[in-house]
Amino acid sequence: MLRIVVGEGSCGIAAGAAKVYNRLESLINDGVLKDCELSVTGCIGMCYLEPIVDVYTDNERITFVKTDEKFAELLAEKGLGSEEVNAYLIPQADVDRLDKQTRIALRNCGNINPEKIEDYIAAGGYEALKKVLSGMSQDDVINVIKVSGLAGRGGAGFPTWFKWNAAKSSPGEEKYLICNADEGDPGAFMDRAVIESDPHNLIEGMLIGAYAIGAKEAVVYVRAEYPLAIIRLTNAIKQAEAKGYLGENIMGSGFSCKMRIKAGAGAFVCGEETALIESLEGQRGMPRLKPPFPAQSGYWHKPSNINNVETFANVPWIMANGGEAFSSMGTEDSKGTKVFALTGKIKKGGLVEIPMGMTLREVIYDIGNGIKDDKEFKAVQMGGPSGGCIPKDLLDTVIDYKKLGATGAIMGSGGMVVMDETTCMVDMARFFLDFTAKESCGKCVPCRLGTKRMLEILTRIVNGEGKEGDIELLEELCLSIKDGSLCGLGQTAPNPVLTTLKYFRHEYEAHIRDKKCPAKQCKSLISYTIIADKCKGCTLCARNCPVEAISGSVKQPHVIDAEKCIKCGKCKDNCKFNAIEIN
Amino acid sequence: MCSCSCDNNIDLSQLEPVLATYADVPGSLITILQKAQDIYGYLPNEALWHIAERTGIKPAKVLGVATFYTQFRFKPVGKHLIMLCRGTACHVNGADGIFEAISDELGIGDGDTTDDGLFSLKNVACLGCCSLSPVMMIDDDTYGQLTPKKAREILSEIREKDQAEV
Ligand SMILES: Cc1cc2nc3c(=O)[nH]c(=O)nc-3n(C[C@H](O)[C@H](O)[C@H](O)COP(=O)(O)O)c2cc1C
Ligand code: FES
Repeated sequence: MLRIVVGEGSCGIAAGAAKVYNRLESLINDGVLKDCELSVTGCIGMCYLEPIVDVYTDNERITFVKTDEKFAELLAEKGLGSEEVNAYLIPQADVDRLDKQTRIALRNCGNINPEKIEDYIAAGGYEALKKVLSGMSQDDVINVIKVSGLAGRGGAGFPTWFKWNAAKSSPGEEKYLICNADEGDPGAFMDRAVIESDPHNLIEGMLIGAYAIGAKEAVVYVRAEYPLAIIRLTNAIKQAEAKGYLGENIMGSGFSCKMRIKAGAGAFVCGEETALIESLEGQRGMPRLKPPFPAQSGYWHKPSNINNVETFANVPWIMANGGEAFSSMGTEDSKGTKVFALTGKIKKGGLVEIPMGMTLREVIYDIGNGIKDDKEFKAVQMGGPSGGCIPKDLLDTVIDYKKLGATGAIMGSGGMVVMDETTCMVDMARFFLDFTAKESCGKCVPCRLGTKRMLEILTRIVNGEGKEGDIELLEELCLSIKDGSLCGLGQTAPNPVLTTLKYFRHEYEAHIRDKKCPAKQCKSLISYTIIADKCKGCTLCARNCPVEAISGSVKQPHVIDAEKCIKCGKCKDNCKFNAIEIN
Repeated sequence: MCSCSCDNNIDLSQLEPVLATYADVPGSLITILQKAQDIYGYLPNEALWHIAERTGIKPAKVLGVATFYTQFRFKPVGKHLIMLCRGTACHVNGADGIFEAISDELGIGDGDTTDDGLFSLKNVACLGCCSLSPVMMIDDDTYGQLTPKKAREILSEIREKDQAEV
């Protein structure tokens, strides 16, 4: 009996996993593939190898990558072990890449069926909850978390035990536990993967948190763009209720807790905890003034505790293995592991979980296998719109809250976007300010207007209209916005500008003074020309030019009329002889 | 189907089951708006007024909440909704060029619908498939590793398929 498991996370599906699944299913139904059982699993994090299919025989697990419908047919026709099927085997180098990681939050992702509670239980699931509910006091639980050194994975890295203790100690009977699954950083998908691939792990972590603070109700606030995560979590909640892990008198312990999902409606600021609470209450998601903190007055003005998905995903493991096991990993300042979404100009992008204390270089080169097309690494962006860019000469920085903070960037929630020589850093800063200016909720003036003014300045620099004094003006604005904003959105919005100014000031200067974009990205500052020696006169560029800016006769070098050219780059994309140059 | 933007054909009774469940539950406005949008494909003016009346929430507040969140639309969308990711990973990998290609191919900008009502285009922040960037989602299907050329081809394919059906 073979067990065939198809990796169906959102990215697997986008890469074509559902087609492979359907083909396998019809082959099984038609009796062509015999003695097989088909199921799904979540995301193992190796997005560059999707769609991934695991085949379990009685004694081993064989992984096939970049599969397609043809693979399903070959498996039926030629059988396991045949040369044709083996062509899809996972390369050893990729297995090694996985072995360099340490998986705690992601331990079940890609290994179990997220739609079956039985799979989670078979993997040791709900044992930690059982342990907690059979004799541990609320303080015992908080103490284990304290020993573990677990810090919030949502961005700020605040000690989790401290928040739990504050919510527990707050007076009042009615308390709430909230999970922040808004995952607003555009370029990060750790939380999505955890919910899609191992929803029960989140539920168990949340239940332990709810017990520790004394909450009888828990809410998961999930980003609207994650439909599959919502479906899988809804299903998991139902299963947990049916098994008695959720609801009244859980496992006969006397502890009761219910759980529900609230879908977000698309607003980055709702990731900020007090804005999230406003949104949960059906309001515009505008942050509240702190203090009072949610631990004192949160959802419906009752004591509430908010944690990120990944924070909760570590909790069952910590409860089962002890706080020391977790704190034995990492650095003096940062304990345990951290999940990153490695993307951008990286060869082997995906989800990685590594112990704190690894260097950026190890993650980018040893696990991510370096830069796409072997281009030159320029910077890595961490922490999204609230974070910053770390340049090449700081690649040996250790992943640790303090050390990353010292660079001007932040650990963030786990977005790690790699950039190469062709990325313009001024444009990157403009990109993030465009994002924050749009997402500013408008409650406080420094953020609402300050980000707009910064965006205007950055836009004019990128358009070649930058003026002397613009850099200084930007710096001044950065400081006032940081100081004057009410919530984290405004307080951190200048970070992408400050870090690029710190490390890539020369790029700003080149745009402003020399009217040049060193990365050759900013359209107003570049021009396209045809290298006569390389041009074979194939006419492909002229035929593809949407504005008829290219002229020349067949087999003769062509020329581009700079007046007409709109710099769309189509000629360059279409040229087979590399004859088009950007200046 | 009438393609003008008046709300005359809105059947408010479709909202009844939603309102029966949520109208009196505090904090449910966003949920009600989401369900209303599921029903009509957008939030028609009449539905917003009706929700205000039934929940007792002031119309100004209903509109205030609805306009705050990017998920809500106030105009009908085309038959196919294109959500183009403009998140960081997609930006770094050339989402601007994809936007220009789609916009040029369809003759519409962000938030617009083509005259034939076939496509609507919407920029979104991140679809969570960053490792396949640049990415777009058309209805329920995700398309990754786009190039301007590939994006144009996908649109033509959908258009041809639709024309073959009618
Ligand atoms: C503008 C802004 C956006 C945020 N977005 C998120 C988010 O998407 N997910 C998240 O977990 N935390 C986000 N946070 C952090 C939360 O406010 C909060 O600190 C976090 O959810 C606490 O959980 P933790 O202690 O487990 O990290 C954001 C903060 C700010 C200021
Ligand atoms: S940045 Fe485009 S899918 Fe995440």
